Amino acid sequence: MERPLRLVQAGPPVAQLARTVEALLVVASQPLSVADLAAAAADDADRIEEALAVVGARFAEGESGIVLEQVAGGYAFRAAREAAEACGRLFERPVERGLSQAALETLAIAAYLGPCSRPDIARVRGVAADSVVANLVERGLLAEAGRSDDAGAVQYRTTPLFERVFGLESLAALPRLDDLGGDAAEIRERLEQLSQSRGA
Amino acid sequence: MIVQELALDLDAFEGPFDLLLALVLRDEIALSDVELVEVVIAFIERLAEREDIDLEGCGEFLVLIASLLELKARGLFPDEAEELAELEPEEAAEELARRLAEYRRMKSAAAWLTDRLVAECDRYFRLGPAPLAPRPERRLAPQSADLLGAALRELATPPASVSLRHMELRFPPVSQFLDRFRSVLARRRRFDFDAEVADLPRSDQAVAFLALLELRKTGEVELEQSAPFAPIRVSRCDLADEEAVEVTAAWNVRSA
Repeated sequence: MERPLRLVQAGPPVAQLARTVEALLVVASQPLSVADLAAAAADDADRIEEALAVVGARFAEGESGIVLEQVAGGYAFRAAREAAEACGRLFERPVERGLSQAALETLAIAAYLGPCSRPDIARVRGVAADSVVANLVERGLLAEAGRSDDAGAVQYRTTPLFERVFGLESLAALPRLDDLGGDAAEIRERLEQLSQSRGA
Repeated sequence: MIVQELALDLDAFEGPFDLLLALVLRDEIALSDVELVEVVIAFIERLAEREDIDLEGCGEFLVLIASLLELKARGLFPDEAEELAELEPEEAAEELARRLAEYRRMKSAAAWLTDRLVAECDRYFRLGPAPLAPRPERRLAPQSADLLGAALRELATPPASVSLRHMELRFPPVSQFLDRFRSVLARRRRFDFDAEVADLPRSDQAVAFLALLELRKTGEVELEQSAPFAPIRVSRCDLADEEAVEVTAAWNVRSA
């Protein structure tokens, strides 16, 4: 009896490719995109995604102390949440320790408005942003992103580290700005009510 | 006056401060290109060089630099103040509400980030430098394994041993030359050392010379050399005595 013909796969089997992907993620200290992984493994993106699914199943919460996560536009290993207490005893988290309200507002502005200058941030917040921006740049959460075309002021954007610290797959994972309240008409109505009550 | 003496060396301008002011006022130089902090630093350095504090000059500089800063700030944000000043009360309220709404949204976003930070505080990950550093260029040209193997085999073969026999020195015994010189002197009264040993190797010549010195020490021979490196003449001692007697007799005859 003749055996049915089978498709001959190019490249190593997915299980082997998954081991390669694992190795690449271990040596990398920042998230790697599918394109990065495909280039390093010299394989195609579809097969890398299959391999990532295999790795993801193996390194999942509850399965392993190391967890594969999709973050900051790529894939990276992190410690399992159940080991967080032990990790906390071993390491500090200096990047996000003591982020002030001003720093969080500045990060939010940079994340939503894209590359923006210190005057842009100051205009939204109503106070100077120089020291806050300098501090966030030092922590690696903001980075310079060229100069504005009109006034030539230095512009800033959030970094991949920002996305990683806040566990964001990308900036698209931020909630929509319209969903965050701040309806101008409502505010104006309240302002008018206030002025009328003062006038009365 | 210190302000007149202030010379500047900036990226956008080089020359006296007065000239910078004149160029700015004539719009021949864009203030946005001038780092005013550099001007302030230059002024402070100039001030530190002086022993006395020129209060009047400092005041003048403060007024001028403040004016420049204001001009620069207006240049960077030209329309905002004018726009706000020109707004009708209705539009101003609209603008204020818009700005407050924007700030409120950002405040809410910051609150969302705060919650997110709390929720994600149990995520630990490795921080490090850039993940994929540029791969170092391959410096060596591609090599063949056969060539490499041949080279290794050649290195592994022990080298042929080199004979050092020619370096060994064999000295004949001194006594051999003692006997030889004695026999020569038995036949001849004198001989020329250099001619006697001319055919011998240098090591033998050295031993022969030692033998000669030995003979001289025992008083068997007399040695003569007219100049350094001149041939050495060797004479039997009894001959030398006879000649001395002859010379003395001759002298006696002549002097008598």
